[in-house]
Amino acid sequence: MSVMPPPLAPADPQESGKMEVGEHWRRLHPLSPIVRFGRVLIGVVVVAVPSIAEQPVLHHDDGLPVSVIIYIVLLALGGIGGFISWLVTRWRIADGNLQIETGFIRRQSLRIPLSRIQAVDVISPLSGRFLGLAEVRVVSAGRGAEHGRLAYLTAAQAPVVRARLLALAHGLEVGTPEPMALPLLHVQNGLLLPALLMRSQVLAPVLIAVVAVAAIAAAPLVGAGALGSAVTVFVISALGVARAFNEDFDFAISEAGDGVRLDRGLLQRRHETIPYGRIQAVRVVEPFFWRAFGWARLEVDVARQSVSREADRDAQQVARTLIPVASREQALWLLARVMPDAHPNPPPEAGPPPRARFKAPLSFHFLAAWFGQRYVYARTGRVQKSTIIVPLVKVQSVRLKSGPLQRAFHVATVDVDTAGRRWQASARCRDEAEAVEMVRHISERARLSRRVPPPRPASAVVLPAAG
Amino acid sequence: MTTVVTQQIVGPGELKRLSPRFWLARQTQLAIFWGPVFIASLVLALLVSVTTADLLPVVVALTACTAWLVERGRYRSWGYAEREDDLIVTRGLMFRHVSVVPYGRMQFIDVTAGPIDRAFGLATVQLHTAAAATDARIPGLLRADADALRDRLAMVGEARATGL
Repeated sequence: MSVMPPPLAPADPQESGKMEVGEHWRRLHPLSPIVRFGRVLIGVVVVAVPSIAEQPVLHHDDGLPVSVIIYIVLLALGGIGGFISWLVTRWRIADGNLQIETGFIRRQSLRIPLSRIQAVDVISPLSGRFLGLAEVRVVSAGRGAEHGRLAYLTAAQAPVVRARLLALAHGLEVGTPEPMALPLLHVQNGLLLPALLMRSQVLAPVLIAVVAVAAIAAAPLVGAGALGSAVTVFVISALGVARAFNEDFDFAISEAGDGVRLDRGLLQRRHETIPYGRIQAVRVVEPFFWRAFGWARLEVDVARQSVSREADRDAQQVARTLIPVASREQALWLLARVMPDAHPNPPPEAGPPPRARFKAPLSFHFLAAWFGQRYVYARTGRVQKSTIIVPLVKVQSVRLKSGPLQRAFHVATVDVDTAGRRWQASARCRDEAEAVEMVRHISERARLSRRVPPPRPASAVVLPAAG
Repeated sequence: MTTVVTQQIVGPGELKRLSPRFWLARQTQLAIFWGPVFIASLVLALLVSVTTADLLPVVVALTACTAWLVERGRYRSWGYAEREDDLIVTRGLMFRHVSVVPYGRMQFIDVTAGPIDRAFGLATVQLHTAAAATDARIPGLLRADADALRDRLAMVGEARATGL
């Protein structure tokens, strides 16, 4: 099993006064329910105000309309519920665990082993930013992120808690100060917006719309129909762009002793930390229209359970984009920081055999797969080129698949699985004999690489804190 | 062909096959489903005086035969090999799969047995890794074999366990 962090130092009465966070049980910030239920409150107001304004005013004896009283009662009940939920929730860091106890009717006691932490995020939603509050979210292997939520702490407390969790997760002393972050890249918002607009799901409807306008002149009925549907698709994709822009606004990536830091967001700021050695896979994505400009996007995958609940699905967004847009050189440089010695340019013999063109005619031009001493690479895509890089140390299993059509062409697919939930490196349509060799070599090299601990990046040594 | 490919990975003779009792269990399962369907079609053909209804039992019988053939192919395609550092499982008739799962990656092992399996004294061993896509499942092992395999796997898994 993994190395357990050292036991906590006994609480010194003098020192615990200084400590912001500690091994003692403490509650979340008293204003938490307001932030947590703020959205519900706004929703109720949005529903209530028009309905009250529309209804014929039914006056109670006191003079207040009945509907207003109902809404006030509902809000009061919600407020009391939120207050009680705050009252019964407490947390502490002790015995190498993050412990959270919550629930009024159904008590829930949660222990997250710090050695299993996959990522730690500090998230400040818009309402929380006004009140100076932030949430600490712990992504651990084997659990959805929903469970490891400390919502909310004060904005000053959150980074301290994060530093402590990460220090313990790396097996360092409790009091280790947060290491200094070395800024790596910053994405200009002026670059982010055109890059988002340049994605094919936005541009394709625009092209259809242009064609439709041209077609109106020739055949008004067909053209108008096509224009209508193009506009609908366009609105949907515009909303997607707005959302992505909101999420990746003012994106900055930096490197600290405890991992890679990502800061992003317009309304809701996220400060994510992905500890070293927890990245299961990296994907280099080059959408069709980006290639003309030489842009690329990097995404990472960390281990977590499959998630089903609504709140968890939101958490799934966490720690996804490593860089939303950058020049290919920058992206590769960044890739070298998180995965040393990774070379995502395929060697000439990495392509599938020519007969695979008949099995996968649309993606044949991008198909490639190869492996080195430390990584497995697989490139796929029809319009958008995407290269998945999996460290051999992280390989969970190797699978060979061949369907009836593939057998007719004597090709097979090799899948390399990781603990990440997003992708697997899929070497599609390889020659049968080569696929067998790949399975043998990849599983053998994965076995050898598990024996030798991987070297950490040069700057992964813990830098002393400033001051 | 699976056998050929697998033997290239595993080496000939190393691949273990499922117990013949599993094939009996599968045939029982087929009989439980197709027997009543065939009888129903026969009754229907006798009751209804349309000529095309007479074809119904024939069609049902042919489908049942095809299902039997497919099941037999599937049964024959199953195989597993315990190697020094990993477990190899092969399966599939139309879509052939060969999975290589290192012992050090196993998170937990399930041994399950449904009602028919229990009647035949069989059990299924399933390996779980941290990857959701890993699909190493070995059905139709004798109960004692399944337990022994589970214990062996758990032992080597513990010895070779690596973190995420």
